Amino acid sequence: MAIQLLMPALSPTMTEGTLAKWIVKEGDTVAAGDVMAEIETDKATMEFEATDEGVIGKILVPEGTEGVAVNAPIAILLEEGEDASAAEEVAEKGTEEAAPAAESKSKDKGASEKAPAQPKSANAPEPEPEWTGAMKSQTVREALRDAMAEEMRRDGKVFLMGEEVAQYQGAYKISQGLLDEFGDKRVIDTPITEHGFAGLGVGAAFTGLRPIVEFMTFNFAMQAMDQIINSAAKTLYMSGGQMGAPIVFRGPNGAAARVGAQHSQCYASWYAHCPGLKVVSPYSAADAKGLLKSAIRDPNPVIFLENEIMYGKTFDVPDTDDWTVPIGKAKIVRSGTDVTIAAFSIMVGKALEAAEALAEAGISAEVIDLRTIRPLDTATVIESVKKTNRLVSVEEGWPFAGIGSELGMMLMEQAFDYLDAPVARVAGADVPMPYAANLEVLALPQADHIVQAARAVCYR
Amino acid sequence: MAKKATAKRAAGKSAAKAAPAKAAKVSKSNLLDYYKNMLLIRRFEEKAGQLYGMGLIGGFCHLYIGQEAVVTGVQAATKEGDAVITSYRDHGHMLACGMDPKGVMAELTGREGGYSKGKGGSMHMFSKEKNFYGGHGIVGAQIPLGTGIAFSMKYNETDNVCLAYTGDGAMNQGQVYEAFNMAALWKLPVIYVIENNKYGMGTSVERISASGANLHDRGKAYGIPGDEVDGMDVVAVHEAAEMAVAHCRAGKGPYILEMKTYRYRGHSMSDPAKYRSKEEVNKVRSTSDPIDRVKATLIDDGHATEEDLKEIDKQVKAVVSEAADFSQSSPEPDVKELWTDVLLEA
Repeated sequence: MAIQLLMPALSPTMTEGTLAKWIVKEGDTVAAGDVMAEIETDKATMEFEATDEGVIGKILVPEGTEGVAVNAPIAILLEEGEDASAAEEVAEKGTEEAAPAAESKSKDKGASEKAPAQPKSANAPEPEPEWTGAMKSQTVREALRDAMAEEMRRDGKVFLMGEEVAQYQGAYKISQGLLDEFGDKRVIDTPITEHGFAGLGVGAAFTGLRPIVEFMTFNFAMQAMDQIINSAAKTLYMSGGQMGAPIVFRGPNGAAARVGAQHSQCYASWYAHCPGLKVVSPYSAADAKGLLKSAIRDPNPVIFLENEIMYGKTFDVPDTDDWTVPIGKAKIVRSGTDVTIAAFSIMVGKALEAAEALAEAGISAEVIDLRTIRPLDTATVIESVKKTNRLVSVEEGWPFAGIGSELGMMLMEQAFDYLDAPVARVAGADVPMPYAANLEVLALPQADHIVQAARAVCYR
Repeated sequence: MAKKATAKRAAGKSAAKAAPAKAAKVSKSNLLDYYKNMLLIRRFEEKAGQLYGMGLIGGFCHLYIGQEAVVTGVQAATKEGDAVITSYRDHGHMLACGMDPKGVMAELTGREGGYSKGKGGSMHMFSKEKNFYGGHGIVGAQIPLGTGIAFSMKYNETDNVCLAYTGDGAMNQGQVYEAFNMAALWKLPVIYVIENNKYGMGTSVERISASGANLHDRGKAYGIPGDEVDGMDVVAVHEAAEMAVAHCRAGKGPYILEMKTYRYRGHSMSDPAKYRSKEEVNKVRSTSDPIDRVKATLIDDGHATEEDLKEIDKQVKAVVSEAADFSQSSPEPDVKELWTDVLLEA
């Protein structure tokens, strides 16, 4: 049967084009792959090839015509043995019912079709049950090691890879003893090749293994950013739910001490920006352990942001090998009534210090340890603000588009009527980290900055 | 380890050149399978191009026409449990992995019946069932990922291999060499299949490669053996792949196969391909077409008649036509799908 040849779309954005030149004329025989015409798009002149064999029965749009809409009939192709009258018939029919462009149809529909509201994110999980058993005194470093060791004992699919994690026992000694216990099959020293081993880890995770990828610091993970975002975070969605990456990327994040601009950045807001990732940043040793165990068991990619200065701090940790803390649940670490201070990682310590000073001045501060940055436990923050009507957000990273920006906006959207003062944020100075001791102190949030911000929002 | 590379390369060259003679040893059923599988890819891609022209397929669409012998010959050397990962010129690889043409085409049209429910598109399709790990849009990213899949195979103590396909364009990405190093260091069962179609988008290999057009020796520094193969000859491709697969299964580590091939169409649908002459394209099409070559062998050796092959053409055309129909009748994804598959329930 005779078929209409339609004006083709030849680029992602083309809606019309110029029929620059006919290479064939009526009566010519064409085979699949033969060039029939030249068509100018907004970007280039493209050749229009035949996809079926036949005879050009009639040319409907003469060469040189501009503004020919995509999918408008431009010629009639006859099958072998058909005569020109078949072309006439199809041509007449064609003008009435030019094939609709599926895409434009869908675009029109899109305009009238309402996007469904984003489903309310599942309520924050229940907090971990209060531990009433025995406690042991542990550093954050030991707690993180125990978390990995316990999960590796529990699941043979879990392995650890990174620079210096095996023979050297970890650049910061987080993996101390793991090589001895699990051997070099499961505790793997990598070359200094962040992009490569992050990608290798993600590929292994696609198959169902559960890699823990240690970055010596998250500053080096910028090398691996493409694999973390484009491969780990997006594949579950791009595959329609078929294939995801159960993987943990962990290591110290933020400033240590006097290590300069390239080793002192907080990446919390970078990763928290991306759907498909979970982002965790604990403060205490018990949370570090419980959250890392949850992260290893989680079927999604988890960014686990530690802090070098915290590694040596000692806390009480439940004395059990099955202590988990749910991802996505903040914790009120000090109750108060006048102002809420939200912080994470090392800044929780500064916030507690500030709360102590505020108490002396007669201001009762409630301190929230966010623990998880994404998904953020907004409910806990909102409930606290309903009581205190004030929020001070504290983070070590830069202020612009930081976690504080998100907390402020979230309260605007969800708790505006409860606010008695503008949300205040305390953040790192908006500069690359300086080396000089005095400048570095000035660049980092200190307890005193938090005290000042809290007093300001309390108007006291 | 470095010694090995040169020896193997020599072996590879002879394998490629000897192909026509060796074709006699290839069974009739193998040749017919090659013919049918390559034709399916070609017809599928032509149809995809046509649907793109009609506005039914959007965005980027990179066609595999001309390169069919590569994936067809390589996949013929694999077994159950082997895995495949590739870049964004990926429709042929999916078909060669046994994925349903209906599901692939419906993904191209962004429909519910597509492999990714319409959420991935031409460049992002996956099949857990067929061990097809995508469809990756960042040039070179699939190489560390494929190396990780091979890591998993070794970790799980299987004798499976991962086929990590890449274009020539990715061969100057740093992460490719990061992966080469680890694969060689840990003897991972991964075959890097470089589909050298001579152009990374619009730039010829010679213009961007300090070491010339040959890419099979890019693993030399890591002791990874590499062969140059006539990627337009499916029999030569299959033979080279058999050798590489045997090497990997024996626990000897990674292998590189450089397939000298050619794409007839532009880089993507919107590429007018002004960087090469029409004569160049026509010459390859008329003298080296992988499908024509197998067809000639089948007829010359008396394995099939024109009529037999026409029957296969008809079957293939029906499969593609059914896929095209399905890709238009399958509905667009439910709007609720906008919000699903971001995270799995913990």
